[in-house]
Amino acid sequence: MPKLTIDGQEIEVPAGSTVLQACEAAGREIPVFCFHPRLQIAGNCRMCLVEMEKSPKPIASCAMPAGDGMVIKTDTPQVHKARKGVLELLLINHPLDCPICDQGGECDLQDITLFYGPDSSRFAENKRPVADKYLGPLISTHMTRCIHCTRCIRFLDEIAGVEELGACDRGEHMEITTWIESALTSEMSGNIIDLCPVGALNSKPYEYRARTWELRKTESIDVMDAVGSNIRVDARGSEVMRILPRLHEDVNEEWISDKTRFAYDGLKKRRLDVPFVKKDGKLATSTWRAAFAAIRDELKDVPGNRIGFVIGDQVDCETMVLVKDLATALGSPNVDCRQDGTKLTAAARGAYLFNTTIAGIEQADACLLIGTNPRHEAPLVNARLRKRSRMGGFKVGRIGEPFDLTYPVTDLGAGGQTLRELSDGKHSFAEVLENASRPMLILGQGPLARADGAAILALAGEVAERFGMVGDDWNGFNVLHTAASRVGGLDLGLVPGEGGLDVAGMLQPGALDVLFLVGADEVEAKGLDGTFVVYMGTHGDRGVHGADVILPGAAFTEKHGTYVNTEGRPQRAKLAVFPPGEAKEDWKILRALSEVLGLTLPLNTMGDVRRRMAEIAPSLARIDEIEPAPFGGFGVAGDIGAEPFASPLRDFYLTNPIARASSVMQECSTLFVQGGSTGATGTHG
Amino acid sequence: MLALDRVARSFLWQELITGFGLTLKYMFKRKATLNYPYEKGPLSPRFRGEHALRRYPNGEERCIACKLCEAVCPAQAITIESEARADGSRRTTRYDIDMTKCIYCGFCEEACPVDAIVEGPNFEFAAETREELFYNKNKLLANGDRWEREIAQNLAADAPYR
Repeated sequence: MPKLTIDGQEIEVPAGSTVLQACEAAGREIPVFCFHPRLQIAGNCRMCLVEMEKSPKPIASCAMPAGDGMVIKTDTPQVHKARKGVLELLLINHPLDCPICDQGGECDLQDITLFYGPDSSRFAENKRPVADKYLGPLISTHMTRCIHCTRCIRFLDEIAGVEELGACDRGEHMEITTWIESALTSEMSGNIIDLCPVGALNSKPYEYRARTWELRKTESIDVMDAVGSNIRVDARGSEVMRILPRLHEDVNEEWISDKTRFAYDGLKKRRLDVPFVKKDGKLATSTWRAAFAAIRDELKDVPGNRIGFVIGDQVDCETMVLVKDLATALGSPNVDCRQDGTKLTAAARGAYLFNTTIAGIEQADACLLIGTNPRHEAPLVNARLRKRSRMGGFKVGRIGEPFDLTYPVTDLGAGGQTLRELSDGKHSFAEVLENASRPMLILGQGPLARADGAAILALAGEVAERFGMVGDDWNGFNVLHTAASRVGGLDLGLVPGEGGLDVAGMLQPGALDVLFLVGADEVEAKGLDGTFVVYMGTHGDRGVHGADVILPGAAFTEKHGTYVNTEGRPQRAKLAVFPPGEAKEDWKILRALSEVLGLTLPLNTMGDVRRRMAEIAPSLARIDEIEPAPFGGFGVAGDIGAEPFASPLRDFYLTNPIARASSVMQECSTLFVQGGSTGATGTHG
Repeated sequence: MLALDRVARSFLWQELITGFGLTLKYMFKRKATLNYPYEKGPLSPRFRGEHALRRYPNGEERCIACKLCEAVCPAQAITIESEARADGSRRTTRYDIDMTKCIYCGFCEEACPVDAIVEGPNFEFAAETREELFYNKNKLLANGDRWEREIAQNLAADAPYR
């Protein structure tokens, strides 16, 4: 524990700290550009210079380890002069185009120049021009503004794990570039926009559309995957202008995936904003009253077991509470929140959670991936695995399709055969798991959604037990979900009741008289001629094909809602803008419908709904707390087919109705998944 | 004595003569009234009248959609929407000023980094309906085209004091 003196104040900091961290601990603010606490130290911007006794020159505090007995001064004429000099140097080639720069108002260079910089420039020569680079459809570049802090290079190398950006030449001629002009292929590339301290890297879809000071900021939760990334929704008027990450050390740190960041333009396209009722075989715009009346007429004299509810992937827990109570009131056992047909049950909570927790990955020392591609199913879980992998002493084995996960992975085999060998201890990787003190496994939705999913779950449970993955202070059994609503749905018990049909059963022709699709867009209700289909949701996506009545609902930015992430962590999303047109919050629609049906549910306010939610699943009332679940209750042992395990996601960019409506995500999908070309080529410009 | 003085003055019509004298004096002075609208008074180069959006000599609009005028406007009379134009430059798609809200403080022209929005010398833009006073971008650009010579002269005249 080195003890040093900062501006006359004695302070003791943990060993391995830098002088910069010591200064911050002492309450001194040191301006920085290149330093970032989650990236490796570069020490190239020279903004953090401080004076150290016995040193003839000022030192770069971010790169200097704190030593015992150092005497640091941060407020001397020499330091001020050094800061002014560095800023004057950086501003020599930085254009004064703040009025047209999207970073204006939230720019580190602007702020630091205001506080520490010179008031004028002595540089009368021409500024250095740099050609803009093409980095794909998500990031726009203005390379003359670059101050070469190299944060973007370090982020892509260290955290995203794709070495695609670098610096060419030296000194004044240095340029950040992709060597061969191409789009960044990382699914986390958007984070370099936040990291850039100036306006060199900006969001392309947001380019020139708004200024920071006119945006209304709402802290919310993302629903594009089951990670539950903490986000900030910036809106102006009735429009979501951009989505930014929010700090949550245990979930997303300060990163978000590109789908989370850029799919918001899907919130404005293909929206359902009025109710529709089918008339003479065609859907026609209608009113809420007429739509409800049509449903009431259809539900008359229909027995409960001929009514079914399928719940989609982005439905909030509040709506699911209403679905559960409405189904009970109608006497229907046919309720299912597992659109993809996964064989997880609501009975054993420990068997469907990511028990290790995302932050817990950092304590693991071996990992077995079963039929999952975390890079696409949950990019932030993958980033955490990569972070653990970079710390060293972490072996990852995979059963399933080979895919570049950005860290070394041993491929063990393709399917159930290998998993069986592993559970019998015959496989070579068994030794690794045997010797690990904190081994973990991650089971994906691909294998679980197969017909033999229950058997795979049981076998994975056996593997976990055999290698001691579960102990008093360690639970290494993890299920990685892909749907934001899934864990909440299972927690609330939205699975078929006694004699009830599951999703596949409900979609059989003639199985039901009335089918409610609550935001369910991954199932096709086409060809159900005898069934009256009611679709409630946000987009004119797959779910509306074959619907007889459409009720327009609210997307995740347009309502207050609770979402439970794959770890079982309930978090609250907040309303940022109001739903478009006639669309209403989903739980209110169901409450109103229950009244029309003469089955009035006694849930009149959000408070009532949340109290009822806590009654059904008490853990959902404790926001941002994970209730540890007991180990056990894994599926049913049985035969496992020989087919190889596969990830359920074929296209990372188009996994839900919002993303499918987004033209930015479509462009990414064309470029990265289908291998097409939408922008520049090697010979372009 | 005082009473005698007063009586003498009124019998000698002193007030009357003084009054007629003043009237006679002003008969030969220059008139202060103007025959508006045929005659107009002088305006300072700093006069803050009707708004205009200016162009560069090559015809390119000056406004770069930085929205500083919108931010500084104390009456919140300005509404701007922007996006990248086809050539990649930052331009407004909408620039509205509600002239019924505007208080003619001139902060917008002070804030403008490119001298795009200015308050010109025109003060004769009364209208019969409120709607005519909700100016859009076309109207403001047309104002700029119409008043450019006067605006440029005024800016040049005021430049030494800035």
